[in-house]
Amino acid sequence: MRWLALMLLLMPALSLAGEARPLADDPVVEARLKHLAVELRCLVCQNQTLADSNAPLAEDLRREVREMIAKNMSDKEIIDFLVERYGDFVLYRPPLKATTTLLWVGPFVLLLGGAIALVTALKRRGRKVADAAITDEEHRRVEQLLSQGVKRS
Amino acid sequence: MNRFILPLTIFAVMVGFLAVGLTLNPREIPSPLVGKAAPQFSLPQLDDQDKVFSPGDMKGRVWLLNFWASWCSGCKTEHPILMDLAKSGTVPIYGMDYKDQKEEALAWLSRWGNPYPIVAVDASGRVGIDYGVYGVPETYVIDKQGVIRYKQIGPLDDETVAKKILPLVKELQAK
Repeated sequence: MRWLALMLLLMPALSLAGEARPLADDPVVEARLKHLAVELRCLVCQNQTLADSNAPLAEDLRREVREMIAKNMSDKEIIDFLVERYGDFVLYRPPLKATTTLLWVGPFVLLLGGAIALVTALKRRGRKVADAAITDEEHRRVEQLLSQGVKRS
Repeated sequence: MNRFILPLTIFAVMVGFLAVGLTLNPREIPSPLVGKAAPQFSLPQLDDQDKVFSPGDMKGRVWLLNFWASWCSGCKTEHPILMDLAKSGTVPIYGMDYKDQKEEALAWLSRWGNPYPIVAVDASGRVGIDYGVYGVPETYVIDKQGVIRYKQIGPLDDETVAKKILPLVKELQAK
């Protein structure tokens, strides 16, 4: 029985882990690819970067980028290549142009609007508090009530 | 009453934005290639490896380029529509067998029917990248000068063909 248990325990050792082999062995190319791929969006799994995605298209695009790196193309040339084909959507940081103005400026417009609304609301409230005038008689009564409250608690 | 007008307006505007957002399909990314020359390629044909197909062969004609594959389920969905369109003879549909096995592609066509006069083979998917393909099926309308005029992402349906493809094809053919 014991040897059986031992054999069972050793079984996993038989399954040789097939480690993912890097397609390009040049570490410099891989480093540049990694640097570029985190800035690029996979078009199939749209919330993943080109670096994370396992979609076949992402693999093809990584291969394409690797080849462009091997051809010594600059980062800008490589990104332009992809934008020409897939549009600004491949970029995780969309460029500032006429169609993306709202995207870039929108949050600041909302922030400014919120700030203005807050300031006006506070000012209005401040005026309301100042407007409440009371007579001396009322004032005494209030103090009396408040002091009673203190005693009670 | 006045104090409710502003919040209600903001609410209505937000509902408006969300309503429009819900009708948009996030998988449809506008292609920057519409209005640009169709990328050139020269690829072997599916039924005869020695013959090649190139968009240059289609100069002077309006045509459709349809990226498909035997493994793609959406291609099966749109297939009857392509067959009808091919039968009507309005516009030729050229096929691009995208990242597929030759035998399986041929079997698929003989089983379901072949709407294409010619099918080119893009085994590596490189031409697909040049065309900005990210999910087959995708269909391009290309005009007489070889300029892409429309890109359909995903399966064609009767409505798209009747309302978008056919009017555009007629307009381009008349030019």
